[in-house]
Amino acid sequence: MMPEETPVSMEEIMISVRDLRVNYGDREILHGVNFDVNRGETMVILGGSGSGKSTLLRTLVGLEKPSSGQIWIKGKDIAAIPLGEMDEIRKKIGMSFQGSALFGSMTVGENVALPLREHTKLENSTIEIMLRLKLEQVGLQGFEYYMPSQLSGGMKKRAAVARALAMDPEILFFDEPSAGLDPIIAAGIDQLILELKQAFRMTIIVVTHELASAYLIADRMILIDKGNVVANAPTDEMRASTQPRVRQFLDRVAEPEVARELDYLQMLTENRRSA
Amino acid sequence: MDMELVSRIGGSVINSLSYLGALASLGGQATYYTIAGPFQGKPLRLHRAVSQAMDVGVRALPILSLITFFIGLILALQSAYELRRFGAINLVATAVAISMSRELGPLITAIVVIGRSGSAFAAEIGTMKVTEEIDALETMAISPVHFLVAPKFLAMIVMLPCLTIWANFMGILGGSLFGVAQADFTFLRYLQASVDSLFLRDIVTGLIKSVMFGITITAVGCLEGLSTGAGAEEVGRSTTRAVVMSIFLVVLVDLVFTVLFFFVGGG
Repeated sequence: MMPEETPVSMEEIMISVRDLRVNYGDREILHGVNFDVNRGETMVILGGSGSGKSTLLRTLVGLEKPSSGQIWIKGKDIAAIPLGEMDEIRKKIGMSFQGSALFGSMTVGENVALPLREHTKLENSTIEIMLRLKLEQVGLQGFEYYMPSQLSGGMKKRAAVARALAMDPEILFFDEPSAGLDPIIAAGIDQLILELKQAFRMTIIVVTHELASAYLIADRMILIDKGNVVANAPTDEMRASTQPRVRQFLDRVAEPEVARELDYLQMLTENRRSA
Repeated sequence: MDMELVSRIGGSVINSLSYLGALASLGGQATYYTIAGPFQGKPLRLHRAVSQAMDVGVRALPILSLITFFIGLILALQSAYELRRFGAINLVATAVAISMSRELGPLITAIVVIGRSGSAFAAEIGTMKVTEEIDALETMAISPVHFLVAPKFLAMIVMLPCLTIWANFMGILGGSLFGVAQADFTFLRYLQASVDSLFLRDIVTGLIKSVMFGITITAVGCLEGLSTGAGAEEVGRSTTRAVVMSIFLVVLVDLVFTVLFFFVGGG
């Protein structure tokens, strides 16, 4: 830690991951991941396909169970608490899924209102007002009676964000927010994330491999490669990093071609050792 | 060679037992949410159960009526073929009424419901699994069993006995067509003969079976849906498995309860 920095107190850390390991069957996907996320910070988790970044996100929201390690969210280790307590934490987080995951049998309004209907005893009229508010926050005012199938990809994403915002969460998670969207619409989603960040000082975690989005929205980035955190730094520092693996990812350098089988085998085993 | 066969049989037995265990666990959770839920501030969402009941029950009436009418007619024809030889063709009403109420009413109804609703449950939930909608429910602290499965159980447990009663009636109606045309019955006398031949236990054992069938069909359809793998072809596979396993387990449950009723209460 640099002498000019003030030590971060425990209350300011929203999420703390310690030595997290996650298995699928007998394959270990995450090999002891460590990082912290501060309150109000936007953290982008970068990584290639198969790096384990999606597994990491799913574990953070409790969809996967870690095989060992700790995940502290708001003072509770979600890896160790019973399901009932996990539900209490889930009411304070919101997640936007890669494919939006809107419920096809309900209107947009009903989708956004669902958490409010299930978890609060608010009157219908109040819920109506709140869902219109959420839709306005994401730029979808007037669309509450549309069915998800009638929306475009970008609009579905926005509706999913509105639903994630329904319970006024303290932490928002995004899984590949730009996936499947053309660059202009994706930029709109980036803009939305920035607006949420500035308006609500929310803690935001984004998993993506879109570098342009990441540079725009991130306060801090971590790079996951083959189940390990290989870099964890504020955005500007990351951009200027000289670490080879980081540079390879950021500069979009393809894996070197190998002509002979022995070279390929050597490359595979070397990567495993360094991971 | 012998050991491999033994271990394969052992593996199958373990898999079957764990499948039954998973079904029981799902059924148990759904029961919990239906009965204990309302006392813990998790309301019953009756309107969801009612809309499922519309799909499962009311919309099945046309096809069920046709099928069980024909079954009744077939039963009458087949029994009359033998009864005629003993000069007892007037017993055809009895034969149809008892066979429908005790066995074919519940069973055929269950099979029609498997084809319509068992597959639909697996496909609906399976598709939601593939599109991450199940995950979305969980991240919103909404239990998929509470939200999706429990209303289906409630709807099926109510609707299957109702459908079975209707099926029994339609079967008797089908038999009456034969009775009037070929066995010197009038319509009213045929109906009277059918009613006279039925004991309460004939109808009640049939209805108990229908409730058990309903529970089985829902559990299998929802379990297969929830355990769907990734991709569209997996949804197809889950749906197929749901239908096949439901048919098999319904017949198995039928056997268990038929044996039970045979030894208890004099059949």
